[in-house]
Amino acid sequence: MYHWDFGILWGYRWLFLNGLGVTVGFTVVIVVCGLLCGLIAAFGMLSRFAWVRAVALVFIEAFRCTPILVQLIWFYYALPILAGVEMTPITASALALSLYGGSFYSEIIRGGIVSIDRGQSEAGAALGMTPRQTMTRIVLPQAIKRMIPALMNQSIIQFKNTSLVSVLAVPDLVYQSQVAAHDSYRPLETYTAVALAYAAILIPLTILVRRGEKRMAVSE
Amino acid sequence: MSETAKIEVRSLRKSFGSNEVLKGIGLDVAKGGVVALIGPSGSGKSTLLRCINLLVVPDGGSVRVGDTRFAFGEGTKLPDVKTLARFRATTGMVFQHFNLFPHMTTLQNVMEGPITVRRMAKADAEKLARTQLAKVGLAEKADQYPATLSGGQKQRVAIARALAMEPDVMLFDEATSALDPELVGEVLNVIQQLASEGMTMVIVTHEIAFAREVADRVVFMRDGVVVEEGPARQVIDTPREAATRAFLSHFHRTGALPPANAAS
Repeated sequence: MYHWDFGILWGYRWLFLNGLGVTVGFTVVIVVCGLLCGLIAAFGMLSRFAWVRAVALVFIEAFRCTPILVQLIWFYYALPILAGVEMTPITASALALSLYGGSFYSEIIRGGIVSIDRGQSEAGAALGMTPRQTMTRIVLPQAIKRMIPALMNQSIIQFKNTSLVSVLAVPDLVYQSQVAAHDSYRPLETYTAVALAYAAILIPLTILVRRGEKRMAVSE
Repeated sequence: MSETAKIEVRSLRKSFGSNEVLKGIGLDVAKGGVVALIGPSGSGKSTLLRCINLLVVPDGGSVRVGDTRFAFGEGTKLPDVKTLARFRATTGMVFQHFNLFPHMTTLQNVMEGPITVRRMAKADAEKLARTQLAKVGLAEKADQYPATLSGGQKQRVAIARALAMEPDVMLFDEATSALDPELVGEVLNVIQQLASEGMTMVIVTHEIAFAREVADRVVFMRDGVVVEEGPARQVIDTPREAATRAFLSHFHRTGALPPANAAS
């Protein structure tokens, strides 16, 4: 029977905390950039101009339909050769994860906007609002409320996806735990602790999302 | 008549795909006049109404409201969004399904147009909105959300919202069709009050008795054309066309307005 000894992990606490900090910070960056990118792509999909819709669609499908691990590696090894720019592992993985997240966010945002009854924008137009005013004053405030649970879900997935950046040697929680596991010869304890750390952060978040969904179901 | 007309529609055409909904419609509404559009569903009366404030852009013909005229058809450019918005600000519209803004209180719904479109100061907009809400008998519902109101109350808020733009004309698109029968009266009363104040109105309705009572003129449409048009009582009591007679035979044409059972 394996003799568990979580006590030895205490010696690596700063390493873990460091890694956790990178993971959380990285998530914040890719969620913010991803949302921005998703918003742009969503409005692209709703554009009056066919060529704008086509560009948005190609972007969304390219990133939705290829694995994120392949994208990470491609952005770090292939893109610099094609574009002739040097990229640090952090830049490459932030870019790949933001665009990947953006492709999913955009479909959530677009879906939220088109789910608002046409009568709402007609009522805005009938009052004399411009399409832009109707969007910002009438449609978006209602749509955002509907999008929030799905956007939160996608952000939770993004949080977990950051674990993949360890393959590019970005010093996140997973990368640091690999260091600790090699050093301590205690991979069972290390990776169990890491799994628990992810869960400890995400379970409260999922409870929040579920509550939000329930509240939405009541208010509609 | 066309010299004094507030609304003037000429040879209006509109198709949705291969379905020709309006086949060269003409319509005049005098200043202060009330015209009721009646006809079976699919006759094009709602589309005609939506062409008057250009929520639907016609394929051909022309629309004039007050001094603003738009012509449509080959070789004419569609008006840009700013021009359209300015034009629509002068025409109030009330929808079958109310289309109130659910994320705003009743008061905010009515203030939205004055603030966003007319750039009115918030305090002035609120004063105006409260006046309009009082006018439709809903002053005390100012801070409630639309979801808490009955259908009749929702529609009266929608009327107040349109009136807060102080429009030159009001368009009603089957304003009572989605209401429970006992709530129809309170909305019709508000419309009748507007008529007596001299508001120029076009009303798409299935309330034939109401049209007879309140409208000066009635236009009967079928299959995208005007079949018969004339003074309200004449068209409803003694229709000339067989099609009009057939349509009207489904309704009780006379009788008083439905009772006003709620000024609350």
